[in-house]
Amino acid sequence: MDSFDALTLARLQFAFTVSFHIVFPAFTIGLASYLAVLEGLWLFTGRSVFIAVFNYWKKIFAISFGMGVVSGIVMSYQFGTNWSVFSDKTGPILGPLMGYEVMSAFFLEAGFLGVMLFGMDRVGKGLHCFATLMVAVGTFLSAFWILAANSWMQTPAGHVTNAAGQFAPADWWAIIFNPSFPYRLVHMVLAAYLTTAFVVGGVGAYHLLRDRGNESARLMFSMAMWMAALVAPLQVVAGDLHGLNTLEHQPAKVAAMEGHWETRAGQPLILVGWPSMAAEATYYAVELPKVGSLILTHDWNGTVKGLKAWPPQERANATIVFWSFRIMVGIGVLMVLVGLWSLLQRYRRQLTASAALLRFAVLMSPAGFIAVLAGWITTEVGRQPYTVYGLLRTAQSHSPIDAAAVAGSLLAFIVVYFVAFGAGTFYILRLMLHQPRLDEPDIEKGVPQRAAGITPLPGLTDFAASTQK
Amino acid sequence: MFDLAFIWALLIAFAVLAYVLFDGFDLGIGILFPYFAAEKERDDAMNSVAPVWDGNETWLVLGGGGLMAAFPLAYAVVLPALYAPITAMLLGLIFRGVAFEFRFRSTRRKLLWDWAFAGGSTLAAFAQGIALGALVQGIPVSGRAYAGGWWDWLTWFSILTGLALVIGYALLGATWLIWKTSGELQQKAYSLAWPTGLATLALIGIVSLIMPFLDPLFRQRWFSFPNIVYAAPVPILVALAALALLAGLGRRREGAPFLAAVALFILSYLGLGISFYPYILPPSLTIWDAAAPARSLEFLLVGAVVLIPLILAYTAWSYWVFRGKVDASTGYH
Repeated sequence: MDSFDALTLARLQFAFTVSFHIVFPAFTIGLASYLAVLEGLWLFTGRSVFIAVFNYWKKIFAISFGMGVVSGIVMSYQFGTNWSVFSDKTGPILGPLMGYEVMSAFFLEAGFLGVMLFGMDRVGKGLHCFATLMVAVGTFLSAFWILAANSWMQTPAGHVTNAAGQFAPADWWAIIFNPSFPYRLVHMVLAAYLTTAFVVGGVGAYHLLRDRGNESARLMFSMAMWMAALVAPLQVVAGDLHGLNTLEHQPAKVAAMEGHWETRAGQPLILVGWPSMAAEATYYAVELPKVGSLILTHDWNGTVKGLKAWPPQERANATIVFWSFRIMVGIGVLMVLVGLWSLLQRYRRQLTASAALLRFAVLMSPAGFIAVLAGWITTEVGRQPYTVYGLLRTAQSHSPIDAAAVAGSLLAFIVVYFVAFGAGTFYILRLMLHQPRLDEPDIEKGVPQRAAGITPLPGLTDFAASTQK
Repeated sequence: MFDLAFIWALLIAFAVLAYVLFDGFDLGIGILFPYFAAEKERDDAMNSVAPVWDGNETWLVLGGGGLMAAFPLAYAVVLPALYAPITAMLLGLIFRGVAFEFRFRSTRRKLLWDWAFAGGSTLAAFAQGIALGALVQGIPVSGRAYAGGWWDWLTWFSILTGLALVIGYALLGATWLIWKTSGELQQKAYSLAWPTGLATLALIGIVSLIMPFLDPLFRQRWFSFPNIVYAAPVPILVALAALALLAGLGRRREGAPFLAAVALFILSYLGLGISFYPYILPPSLTIWDAAAPARSLEFLLVGAVVLIPLILAYTAWSYWVFRGKVDASTGYH
């Protein structure tokens, strides 16, 4: 019983810390690329609106990146503190993948971040743009390696078991490019881009509602709506392919996501319902006959396995993943609709005219985060009861630690995360409420609250000087 | 053939040393933060590390991630053994890390983030020192798991090493500020470097005297012939570095005290390495007991050989970009 408690608490702690953590990279992966694009456009066109929007988002990036770093350090040590058996067994495979992440991604981001944040006056435009690009490349490489590691846990390949009972590498290419990795990578990177696009679009829309003539806000909104129109439909395709890949390699997960219990030809698509693990049935199901088979097998009468094909101890919690999956898909559909709506407005040459679209964009600004969290809950809860799918059970992965120690640290993390990241979110929101200006100052040239002591004029001339170099 | 486990032991040792030196001075600035006058001095002190602290802290991730990759058994044993100090370190690092950004964003709560920065830095340093003391005292292993109690890390010796690391980091921080600042803040840094310097030297001496009594392995390593001949240069060099530190402070040199403090850290670290080798977790696990399979070590080594020199190169470039004294043109204001 004791060990069950420690296990549950360790799982709660991982779920809590990783959920907080993923929010920051999901945002910074997209934002770093956006910043690189903005700075590149500024260098290319010389239009000051690009550097103004760049400076606006750079401040927000700095705060989110800092929170991503410190919440990420927690993750890299938590494998050892709470999941020591898992670390011992998978270390020979996952350790090098994460080692590559640190060496190729974390250092690159951190090494060039200082120059990107504070170095414009010291290195000049060209090198500064290069630094921004390196930060963006770093965030992408980070996603590459950590998703390779996660995907290997979902669809392990390329390994053998050694005398010490560890997973040992046999073929690194097969380990990295394991069956689910390409799909997961594309799906997550697009998700990060969409998350950022909807934040940027929401902030732009918010300020456009106040002042339709705000050029920076127009730029933000227009670029974000292009992303929504182009990337959201791509994401639907990527998600569908990812789902088919999951059906091939983790059919039990798909059965839980769909709320299917019986194996049969012509599975319905259950739109809403309440899967009950105890009753082995999905209550109150509203379903479209045979559409489930059509989507999953591309055949009206294709056979799709239900959860009863696996013994109860092999099933993931269908109540959770059924709903988390629907939340993710629902948000994805809304994102596609926003993209289409924006295309229509653009076609009429009045992209920013519709207050309804602007308001809806504001409402949608946190949607990406919710979708990312829901998607990760689907895939991670859906991987249960295993940490390494089919090979290493979660119940045999955790550290031999007293429940009290795990409970104590969990409590400490909850308190500290809410204080630290709550404050960070507050500062970010405050920066977002601040109206973007065409003479948006660089991070080092005066934050509004200090302006009381400094006359604004020198700040402006400083800014003009720095952009004329 | 190459001894991959040995190469990786050197690489992990290098990553941890790089962490101790790089993050040592910026943690040290946090430890000394309450001694600086609010606003201007604190702004300057923080701005002297604001562009580089992210990179400094990344060495800690490399130390942890590298340990999991190269010595997964050691990683799986040591983190449960040091559960409480590691958790405390992580919490401390969160507070001091976010304080960098939040301090300059906050209007009414600036003082709160000053204290978060100071408290978080001190807690992280103290927890790291405790972890070091616990490692020196030995980690019992049974099968493939930690076999000791949950409070084994808490001893008078580990508290001593905890204090020693806090004071040692403070010395690194003070001498860094001597180098990077001018005016009143630099004067204050000089006056802080003296007591932290003398205390660091005293604590290095005390810990060195206690260690041979903790484990016959350490005693034999340092005092048996011919080991004593090979090991003797370390204490002699420590004495020289101590002299250089005191002379540098006495003559009001700007760069020398920092370099001398760095030398003290490197030599103390080397001393620990001599004591530990070939154990990664004395007295139970040698580096070969804990090493990952050769294919894991090879695969990551290829990356390390290419990427670590690159990392060092662009890290050096970043420090070069922000060279010279901190002034109004760098960092947050």
